[in-house]
Amino acid sequence: MSFPWARHYEPKNPVMKWVDDRLPLPRFVYNAIGAGYPVPRNLNYFWNFGILAGLSLVIQIVTGIVLAMHFHSSAAGAFESVNGTIMRDVNAGWFLRFAHANGASMFFIVVYIHIFRGLHYGSYKAPREMVWLLGVVIFLLMMATAFMGYVLPWGQMSFWGAQVITGFFSAIPVVGDWIRIWLLGGYAPDDATLNRFFSLHYLLPFVIAGVIILHIWALHIPGSNNPTGVEVKGEQDTIPFHPYYTAKDGFGVGVFLILFSILIFFYPDYLGHPDNYIVANPLSTPAHIVPEWYFWPFYAILRAFTADFILPAKLWGVLAMFGSILLLFFLPWLDRSPVRSANYRPMYRIAFWVLVADVLILGWCGGSPAEAKYVIISQIAAAYYFAHFLIIVPIISRIETPRPLPNSITEAVLGNEGGSRITATAATA
Amino acid sequence: MATFEEGVTPDQTVGPGGEILENPRRRDYLLYAAPAVAAVGAGVVVLPLVNSMNPSADVLAQSTTEVNLAAIEPGQAIKASFRKQPLFVRNLTPKEIAEADAVPISSLRDPQTLDQRTKEGHKNWLITLGVCTHLGCVPLGAGEGENRGPFGGYFCPCHGSAYDTAGRIRQGPAPKNLEVPKYNFTSDTVVTVG
Repeated sequence: MSFPWARHYEPKNPVMKWVDDRLPLPRFVYNAIGAGYPVPRNLNYFWNFGILAGLSLVIQIVTGIVLAMHFHSSAAGAFESVNGTIMRDVNAGWFLRFAHANGASMFFIVVYIHIFRGLHYGSYKAPREMVWLLGVVIFLLMMATAFMGYVLPWGQMSFWGAQVITGFFSAIPVVGDWIRIWLLGGYAPDDATLNRFFSLHYLLPFVIAGVIILHIWALHIPGSNNPTGVEVKGEQDTIPFHPYYTAKDGFGVGVFLILFSILIFFYPDYLGHPDNYIVANPLSTPAHIVPEWYFWPFYAILRAFTADFILPAKLWGVLAMFGSILLLFFLPWLDRSPVRSANYRPMYRIAFWVLVADVLILGWCGGSPAEAKYVIISQIAAAYYFAHFLIIVPIISRIETPRPLPNSITEAVLGNEGGSRITATAATA
Repeated sequence: MATFEEGVTPDQTVGPGGEILENPRRRDYLLYAAPAVAAVGAGVVVLPLVNSMNPSADVLAQSTTEVNLAAIEPGQAIKASFRKQPLFVRNLTPKEIAEADAVPISSLRDPQTLDQRTKEGHKNWLITLGVCTHLGCVPLGAGEGENRGPFGGYFCPCHGSAYDTAGRIRQGPAPKNLEVPKYNFTSDTVVTVG
C-alpha cells in the first residue's frame, strides 16, 4: 500500500511468521495501523477523531451485546426491562445502559468533528473522494442505527420518534402509506415494529464495521491528508503510524475516556429527554417531540418547510432533510478548487466557519418547540446550508486566490530553511 | 435427437434428413435462460421475506372496533382506539356544524364538505382517526379542556397543524384532512368502525 518507502513486515516471532506465511493477517494489520503505514509528519489532534470514532463503535458493540442479553423486546416488556431490570436488578446494568446511551452521543460528537475536519482540510478532494463517499454512507448507517436504538426502551419519545420518523415515508406520493405500514408492520408502532428495529439495531453496527474497513482501505491508497493539504513528496514528509500516531491517538483516547466517564458518572441523563422515562402511550403525544440532539439540525430542516409549492410542504421537508445529507455525496465535485486546506483558502475558510455556526443554529432550532420565531430562523439557516454547498462553495472555488502553498510538508513544519536543508540532505543521500 | 457427427459444431444441429442445420442461438438461449430462472427464483425467495414485514394476521384481526355514542353530549368528544391508533368521536353542536358548512370549499387544502365526511342523518357525528396527517402525532381537542386550535376543531402540538370542526386541515404543515375510517351505524347510538 501507499508509499514505496513503507517498511515491510518482518516477523521476529516464529509463531507470527508461521501465521503470516499461511494467512497474512499480521502483515495486513502492520500495513494498516502499524509501522508499515507511513503518515504525514504534521497531523494535528483533529486527526485523532477517526480512531476515536472506531473506538466509539467498539464501545457501542460491546455494551450493546451485553445489554441485549437482558433486554426484552416486546411492547409490554421493553420499558420495564430497560428501566426496571437493567437499571436496578442487573449487576452493573445501570453502567452498561448509561455507557451505551451516552456512547451514542460521544460517537456522534466525534463523527461530527471528524466530518468538519474533512471539510476544513479538504480531505474529500481527489484522490480521496471514495474515502469521503464511504464516510457519508457510514454516517447514514449510524443515523439509522441510532434512531432504531432510541426506539428500543419504548418510552414516550421512543414511541413518538418512531411514529414521526416512519411518518416521513408516508410523504412519498401514492405508495407512501403502504410503505409506512410495511415498515411498522402495523398501523402504529407496536410489537412488530419494536422487534424488527431490535433486529436491525443489532445488525447495522456490523454493517458499519464492514464499511469502515472499506473506508480505511480507500484511505490507504493515497494515504492520509494533512493540515497543509499538500501531498506527501518523499520519505522525509512521513513518519510511521506506529509508534508515532498510536502514541498521539492513545493520548486522545485518554482525553475521550475522561470526558465520556464524566458524562456517564455525573451527567448520565443530561443529553436524554425526561419524557422517555414515561412508558409509551399510543393515545397521548408529548407536548414537544424532539429527537436526540444529534438529529436536531436535520429536524430543523424538516420543519422549515411550511408552505405548499407544487408538492406538499411535508414532502418538501422530507426531501430537504434527506437532501441535506445526500448533498454531501456531491461535494467533491462541487468544490473545484485544487487547494485542499482552508489554511490556504482565505474565502473558503470564512465560509467554513459560517457553515459551522449555521449548523449549530439549525441544531438549536431543531431542539426548540415549533414556534414561529424558531421556524423563521430554521428557514433562513436551512436556506444558507443549501446555499453553502450549491452556490457559495462552487463560486469561491472559481474566484478565490489561494495563499501560496508550502513546497512540501517538511518545509511547512520546519520553515523554509529547515525544509530545504532536509530536502537537500535527502537529495544527496 | 441430435447426434454428434464429424463436421458438426456445437452451434449446429443435424436435421431429420441428416442435413446440418445452423443454430447459433442455442447457447445464447441457455446463457439467458439460466440466469433468468435464477433471478426469478431469487425474487420468489425475497417475496416472503418482504411480505413477512407486512401487518401480521393478529394485527389485522384487531381491525374492527365498536363505539357506543350514547354518553357523548353535543360539544363533547371521546378518544377510542382503532387498530392501536387513536380514534376521535365527536358530537358536533349546531354552531360547529354551521361553522364547518360556512367555509368555501375552494379555500381548502384538501377540499371536502362536512356532508362528505359524515353519514347521512348523523351529520353531528364526526368520526376521524386521531392521527395528524403530517407526521402522525395525536392532535389535541378530543379531551376535556384541551386546546382546539384557531379553527375550533383539533390542534396538533408537534408542528402546529390546525383542523376545523369538520376535521379538515386549515393551517400548518399537514397535507390532508384527518382520515375518516370506514364505519357504519349499527343502531342510533352504536357505530362499528373498520
